[in-house]
Amino acid sequence: MDMNEIKEIFFQECEEQLAELESGLLRLNDGDRDPETVNAVFRAVHSIKGGAGAFALDDLVSFAHVFETTLDCVRSNKLEPTQDVLKVMLKSADVLADLTNVARDGGSVDQARSAQLIRELEALAKGEAPPAAEAPAPKAAAPKAASAPKPAPVAAAAAPNDEGFVPVAFSFDDFGGEEEAMIEHPAYEVVFKPKSELYTKGNEATLLLRDLSRLGEMSIHCNMDSLPPLDQMDPEAAYFSWKVSIRTDKGEDAIRSVFEFAEWDCELDVIAADAGEGADGETEELPMQPVPFDLSALDEEPHAPLGVVEEEEQIAAAQEAVTAAQTASNVVQMAANTSRAAAAEKGAAAAAAAQNNAQQASAAGQTIRVDLDRVDRLINLVGELVINQAMLSQSVIENDSNGVSSINMGLEELQQLTREIQDSVMAIRAQPVKPVFQRMARTVREIADITGKSVRLVTEGENTEVDKTVIDKLAEPLTHMIRNAVDHGLEMPEKRLAAGKSAEGTVKLTAKHRSGRIVIELSDDGAGINREKVRQKAIDNDLIAADANLSDEEIDNLIFHAGFSTADKVSDLSGRGVGMDVVKRSIQALGGRINISSKPGQGSVFTMSLPLTLAVLDGMVVTVAGQTLVVPLTAIVETLQPDAAAIHSFGATQRLISIRNSFCPLVDVGRILNFRATQANPVEGVALLVESEGGGQRALMVDAIQGQRQVVIKSLEANYTHVPGIAAATILGDGRVALILDVDAVVAASRGQPLNLETSLAAAG
Amino acid sequence: MSYLAKNLTSGARELIAFRIGDQEFCVNIMSVREIRGWTPATPMPHAPSYVLGVINLRGAVLPIIDLSARLGMKPAEPTVRHVIIVTQVKSKIVGLLVEAVSDILTIRDEDIQPTPDMTSEFERTFARGVLAIEKRMICLIELEAVFPQTESEAA
Repeated sequence: MDMNEIKEIFFQECEEQLAELESGLLRLNDGDRDPETVNAVFRAVHSIKGGAGAFALDDLVSFAHVFETTLDCVRSNKLEPTQDVLKVMLKSADVLADLTNVARDGGSVDQARSAQLIRELEALAKGEAPPAAEAPAPKAAAPKAASAPKPAPVAAAAAPNDEGFVPVAFSFDDFGGEEEAMIEHPAYEVVFKPKSELYTKGNEATLLLRDLSRLGEMSIHCNMDSLPPLDQMDPEAAYFSWKVSIRTDKGEDAIRSVFEFAEWDCELDVIAADAGEGADGETEELPMQPVPFDLSALDEEPHAPLGVVEEEEQIAAAQEAVTAAQTASNVVQMAANTSRAAAAEKGAAAAAAAQNNAQQASAAGQTIRVDLDRVDRLINLVGELVINQAMLSQSVIENDSNGVSSINMGLEELQQLTREIQDSVMAIRAQPVKPVFQRMARTVREIADITGKSVRLVTEGENTEVDKTVIDKLAEPLTHMIRNAVDHGLEMPEKRLAAGKSAEGTVKLTAKHRSGRIVIELSDDGAGINREKVRQKAIDNDLIAADANLSDEEIDNLIFHAGFSTADKVSDLSGRGVGMDVVKRSIQALGGRINISSKPGQGSVFTMSLPLTLAVLDGMVVTVAGQTLVVPLTAIVETLQPDAAAIHSFGATQRLISIRNSFCPLVDVGRILNFRATQANPVEGVALLVESEGGGQRALMVDAIQGQRQVVIKSLEANYTHVPGIAAATILGDGRVALILDVDAVVAASRGQPLNLETSLAAAG
Repeated sequence: MSYLAKNLTSGARELIAFRIGDQEFCVNIMSVREIRGWTPATPMPHAPSYVLGVINLRGAVLPIIDLSARLGMKPAEPTVRHVIIVTQVKSKIVGLLVEAVSDILTIRDEDIQPTPDMTSEFERTFARGVLAIEKRMICLIELEAVFPQTESEAA
């Protein structure tokens, strides 16, 4: 693994940490005062700083450091996380994200903005935490952190002279002068019991203890009581624990911060002993007999800490060879685990805490990072498997007329298995929409800042899962819509107050699953669509005739027309010439639909309905003019067998079908797709009642329905071109290609828009 | 000297020759992925007449072009004896329907004669040159011109 790969992993982790940071801050903003939330936020910034230091990303380190310092004030209850404080912090989180992006992709960051925020953060830290005022500017400590060789054991915090970091973490009154410090330093008893997880994660007790030793004078005792005989020993387990007596002026927090990265994987007790009391007296009170322990031995000789080996004379030479083969750290693991048995004697509180930590650790261990290409390849292969299985079943059925052979039963099981495999593989790609929603929070903040509006973003259903490709393509249209909602939708605070609303506008973003699709709703409580203005604009732009009679819904939908923008002035945010038509097109490209409903004075609601995956589709397999087609099931409202009496001719070529006393145009699919020259007799076929994008129902005439099945979507564009009226292709059980009907395009064609024209427009856009 | 090395050093290249009606054509062997028998294709709506439809090639959707119709000759009536030459140009894969594969030729660049100066559409668009092999005349086809999407992109 070269440096760049490690760096890439760091940036991936940064993204997660930034998301964690933002969600934590937002929780605090909502009034959450759980110390664990504050800790999570602090950890996120701290980890970014640590990693950035390892790669010498100085800008990132210095900003993260100031941020961290202020967060530490919050953590130690010196700074109340008020709305104002959190506002600064949220902005800081944005800048941190920018700095991270710049560090990864190059480019430049708004220096003035980050400098301003550094000043604000420093002011917060100083204003509320008096000790920090005496300390040198936190920034001074940044280069030190940057030069730290490893992100691991908090080198900056542990370095004895790092005053820039210490004052904020320091909570003791006897913060004396340098001369008396050695005498008056308070003493602490530190009991450190690593679990085997500590070692699996690449931590090293030796290094932690060595870092601890930098804080002040200390003596270490290793407890090896729980070390089992060699033949019962688990080489991966941790058997040893350490008891450390230390005198330091850095305070308990500094001691704890040494173990910060190991805190979930060990039991750690830090007890403040009375300043005058000797560490030796304390030691004798312990039930176990500590053995004096030479720290350096851990590094050098694998055998050194294993005094036990000599007592176990009977151990076969072979076993000794095995022991010798263990690496040094493995031996340390065995040793460290010795203390595990003794841990049972500890108080219930410690046990509970440990369990808690263990749960956290296991939750974190349940995810793995996988390259998306690999998942995609797997999905493709499973798609092939599904097709192949269908082909196999079909040929068996054809050759096995009685259908009772064992092959048939085996095939049924195979079918179930392949379906299960397919579902599981699809689930791998399914991701919660949370990251996209979080990005929107930032968009809202930025636009609110620029427009001077006060906006609150409420999100719901962030954990709703949808295919990764859908998520990736969702961010852009959503950003655009959010911008529109804040810029055009919400009124200025004065206007809102005058209208009897609260000065703060609310933008609500929700996601939920509904009948096999994901429905995303974006609503604002703004002024709603100004229909007069939209109408006038449409007339000005020749979109509609001046005397056109349009329903409210139709007027609302005019905003989806190309080049339509109602903003009075072209602002920096929206009105860049790309409008809701782009949003609509990108949603449609995902196989989705978008609708708007608006109430004057109460706001607008945009509703997007998207497929959960772009890889498979539930379809109705039909026959049209001897060809097999697949109609997406989501488009079909109902199917019916037309009665001759229900068909009415309308004009020269049009025909309507009456369904429950309303008339619906009949569309002959075979005719539209040019599969046949003349219209088929509707009575001989089946009508599929479909709901199309432009609203309004159509009855699609097909010759027969073959059945309903899940099909794997295959791109036609890969080797061919886009075909008007056809959304994609699929491969059926007989191995032949079937085309998937693009219902919206077919309906549009039936309205008189030729199919070819539409595609040439789409190709141009 | 290995076969490949010999070809590289002598500037030779290999071509696949095939028959349509009474004429012979050839394409560079490097753009040929495989040769397979004819299977019925699914017709595409609104497709040019020379696009017979699409078939399933191990999971990929493969358009089939009737090369005879594409070259302006009479449309083929595919039978089981017809052959599909699966060719690749850039990232796209297309199947060409021909009557039969006749030969594999190893030629040198200088063996390719320029197309005779005629003004027919066919010669300008599809032919890159002609070869005289054992008293036969074989026309070297420009594959990119045959692919339908290349044409529409140019338009």
